[in-house]
Amino acid sequence: MEELDGEPTLTLIPGINSKKRQMCFDWGPGEMLVCETLFKKKEKEEKVLGCPFIYIVRKDIDVYSRILRKLFNESHSIFVGLQRIEEESAGKSRKAQLVRVSKNYRSVIRACMEEMHQVAIAAQDPVCGRQYSSQVSILSAMELIWNLCEILFIEVAPAGPLLLHLLDWVRLHVCEMDGLSADVLGSENPNKHENFWNLPGNTQTLTELELKWQHWHEECERHLQDGTFASNPHLESLCKVMLGDDNALLEQKELLSNWYHFLVTRLLYSHPTVKPIELHFYAQSSLDLFLGGDSGPEPLDNILMAAFEFDIHQVIKECSIALSNWWFVAHLTDLLDHCKLLHSHNLYFGSNMREFLLLEYASGLFAHHSLWQLGVDYFDHCPELGRVYLELHIERIPLNTEQKALKVLRICERRQMTEQVRSICKILAMKAVCNNRLGSALSWSIRAKDAAFATLVSDRFLKDYCERGSFSDLDLIDNLGPAMMLSDRLTFLGKYREFHRLYGEKRFLDAASLLLSLMTSQIAPRSFWMTLLTDALPLLEQKQVIFSAEQTYELMQCLEDLTTGRPEPRDLEGQRPQDDDIETTKVEMLRLALARNLARAIVKEGTLEGS
Amino acid sequence: MEEIFAKFVSQKISKTRWRPVPPGSLQPAETFATGSWDNEENSVSLWCIGDFGNLSTDGGFEGDHQLLCDIKHHGDVMDLQFLDQERIVAASSTGCVTIFLHHPNNQTLSVSQEWVGAHYHIGPGSPSYRSAPCTGIVCNSPEIVTVGEDGRINLFRVDYKEAVRTIDNADSSTLHAVTFLRTPEILTVNSIGQLKIWDFRQQGSEPSQILSLTGDRVPLHCVDRHPNQQHVVATGGQDGMLSIWDVRQGSMPVSLLKAHEAEMWEVHFHPSNPDHLFTCSEDGSLWHWDASTDVPEKSSLFHQGGRNSTLLAHPLSNQLNVNQSVISSWLSTDPAKDRIEITSLLPNRTLSVNSLDVLGSCLLCGTDAEAIYVTRQLFS
Repeated sequence: MEELDGEPTLTLIPGINSKKRQMCFDWGPGEMLVCETLFKKKEKEEKVLGCPFIYIVRKDIDVYSRILRKLFNESHSIFVGLQRIEEESAGKSRKAQLVRVSKNYRSVIRACMEEMHQVAIAAQDPVCGRQYSSQVSILSAMELIWNLCEILFIEVAPAGPLLLHLLDWVRLHVCEMDGLSADVLGSENPNKHENFWNLPGNTQTLTELELKWQHWHEECERHLQDGTFASNPHLESLCKVMLGDDNALLEQKELLSNWYHFLVTRLLYSHPTVKPIELHFYAQSSLDLFLGGDSGPEPLDNILMAAFEFDIHQVIKECSIALSNWWFVAHLTDLLDHCKLLHSHNLYFGSNMREFLLLEYASGLFAHHSLWQLGVDYFDHCPELGRVYLELHIERIPLNTEQKALKVLRICERRQMTEQVRSICKILAMKAVCNNRLGSALSWSIRAKDAAFATLVSDRFLKDYCERGSFSDLDLIDNLGPAMMLSDRLTFLGKYREFHRLYGEKRFLDAASLLLSLMTSQIAPRSFWMTLLTDALPLLEQKQVIFSAEQTYELMQCLEDLTTGRPEPRDLEGQRPQDDDIETTKVEMLRLALARNLARAIVKEGTLEGS
Repeated sequence: MEEIFAKFVSQKISKTRWRPVPPGSLQPAETFATGSWDNEENSVSLWCIGDFGNLSTDGGFEGDHQLLCDIKHHGDVMDLQFLDQERIVAASSTGCVTIFLHHPNNQTLSVSQEWVGAHYHIGPGSPSYRSAPCTGIVCNSPEIVTVGEDGRINLFRVDYKEAVRTIDNADSSTLHAVTFLRTPEILTVNSIGQLKIWDFRQQGSEPSQILSLTGDRVPLHCVDRHPNQQHVVATGGQDGMLSIWDVRQGSMPVSLLKAHEAEMWEVHFHPSNPDHLFTCSEDGSLWHWDASTDVPEKSSLFHQGGRNSTLLAHPLSNQLNVNQSVISSWLSTDPAKDRIEITSLLPNRTLSVNSLDVLGSCLLCGTDAEAIYVTRQLFS
């Protein structure tokens, strides 16, 4: 409608000398990436550093996006409410509900229009003001079309009330009406008219009304022929108008702002009981008469004509072409689909028209840095492909804070998208590990129930312990709770820390049996056994016998497993001989301690308890 | 609660706060601040409520709050607090803490002080400097305590350039919220379900007390202290559970109440009427918990009209502390006797309610559906 048919707009990319260089580009979901390049490099061409930037070019949406956002948000809640309307309510109540929804949508468009109009008036910059005004007229056209669709398709007004609705429709949208036109074109007569129709709660049948009107029409005709108004040419033309004389009406063309105004006026005076199916005849002729060959029909005219012809698909198709975003067609099609008006003719890639439009609209929302949250609900209500689209889009939302990540995760979890939950948690856990936030990393792996990552985090903790000799983040390890069961390594970590605590509390017997169980139950990683055995040393060296003979045998077994299992050839890597020395010393010390403990244990156990 | 007004404001609201009324003033709260998030350019805005009673012609919910002024804010507004009548402190996802000053004569906001890099993962000295979001702040003029995703606690003082005290690596996970207990003590909640009490009089970086939930270590997102009884604290968790704690006794919550279906973002005791508690959640609802044991008041809640749905709380675990002389109604929830009335305050289900604030009989909340809801007749 308001799309420029003229020259495409020229946007200069700063920093790129378009005379000397070329540009390459690629399309994105809502924008374009542009950067400088040189396609044909000549030999003599000096390799001067051109523009080092990549530019993102997007259609200038800043002008109206703030106000349009309200449209998107409010219509989102209406959309979600519509989907929840119960199926069982059929017949009149359902129709009434759908009409209410349609009116809600329209009031949202109107509110947007009003606000934008205010801004357009108040705009300092005339270019800005013009842009706002053009946006206002686009919104106005959208409301016009929607209103007509509501009357014809949703309200499904029968002959009789149909004209009244159309009258309201025209009155609502024709702004430039001065007093005279109002008088001539219907408001004087509607007084008579409204009594005539006896609305609401009209109990007269259509035939009765038709007869009454016929009677009145004949009376008018008689007055004209009798020359009652011959003295006053204005009154005479008024009478002709009331008789529905096309030429008389056309004489007042300046007062009629457009052809559909003309149409409704014609119908009012010549065929007030017009039936819906007859509308398009009158519409076509009105259009032709009004334009009179001066100009061709505008896109808006084509859309309205398609509506009068009850060709819903054509309406939607034309709107899709004329409008720059999917908002209008997506919501209107969805509403009409709820009215069971769309034939389910499948488009070639499997989904029907309603779903296609909703998917396109929602994908557009996901390209917006903030409105993606609205898109989720739209995908939810696309039964065929919605879930797949959502899965793909949701993973690509940039997560710069934990709070945003939590919201995205909640969306995925509610829809049982476990793969996405895992992948997002893994990314966050990895980030946390890089930032040395091991507690956060663990909390993410617990949320994703990711045992592998929990193992990774535990290994990190253990590594830290080996390097520093003490645990970092005791508050976490001490309080793992049931999360400890997530992975073996994590359980080991928790138990190992418990061992240290028991030792610190001097509960040596408990500590000893825990230590042993860690090794014998195979929870401890092999690489850690040496550390565990070394931890056992002070217990072995205690004055009192802590490890029983049985336990000592087991410890010895572990030590043997460890030493026999270890590969000998180390000199290939040029290992320092001191490491080897330390190792052998440790093993020797352990062997000695174990042997001594064994001796003491056997003696102690063999001794009869004193009475 | 009579009418709640909604207004769409074209930005997702992360925090809403009433401006404190001067002490002794009888006027209801009139001005509030909001912070936005997830925009390319976020802002901190100040709004004012005019006269109500101007409903739009179709009788819809036409909020009458008008924008007074706003100012750009770098990064998401993670938390917002009024330091005093004119100054607002904002915590940013860039790790920055800013004090904004409101100039009432020309209705503008300006930056009064800024601590850049209050929270970071890797310090500014290193080439791989990485900032961390600051997740929570609490003020007690002139002191400001901040916590962040880096597990750090900062104590700032207005007009001091550097932090007065910093506890590095106070927590190995993310600290989500902080509140004052008694003035030198603060309480933090983290993402492994622990409450930690820190005493600024003590040196060192160990908490003086740790409390945690039994069972799953569900992350805790919000905390609020009872206005009169400084040992009673309420927390909200990722699973929507509301927990009431008595920090003097034991290390486990006194009661756990199953509440929302998703993360609870904020919990507030009513400052002058602490038998009333308010929570808001990712599931798009805002609940009013009424634990007052005054029976006549309770029966009036049943006649509120169709919009409210009263539910009964299901305390999951319960500890009756019979030795207490002053039993707070929150601590002694007995399912047979003292029932908590829960009312949902928002008319329709919406996207996440991120923030709420309550002052006197005025309630305010902001949502991800870019709407602000206000009611000034909370208890009628």
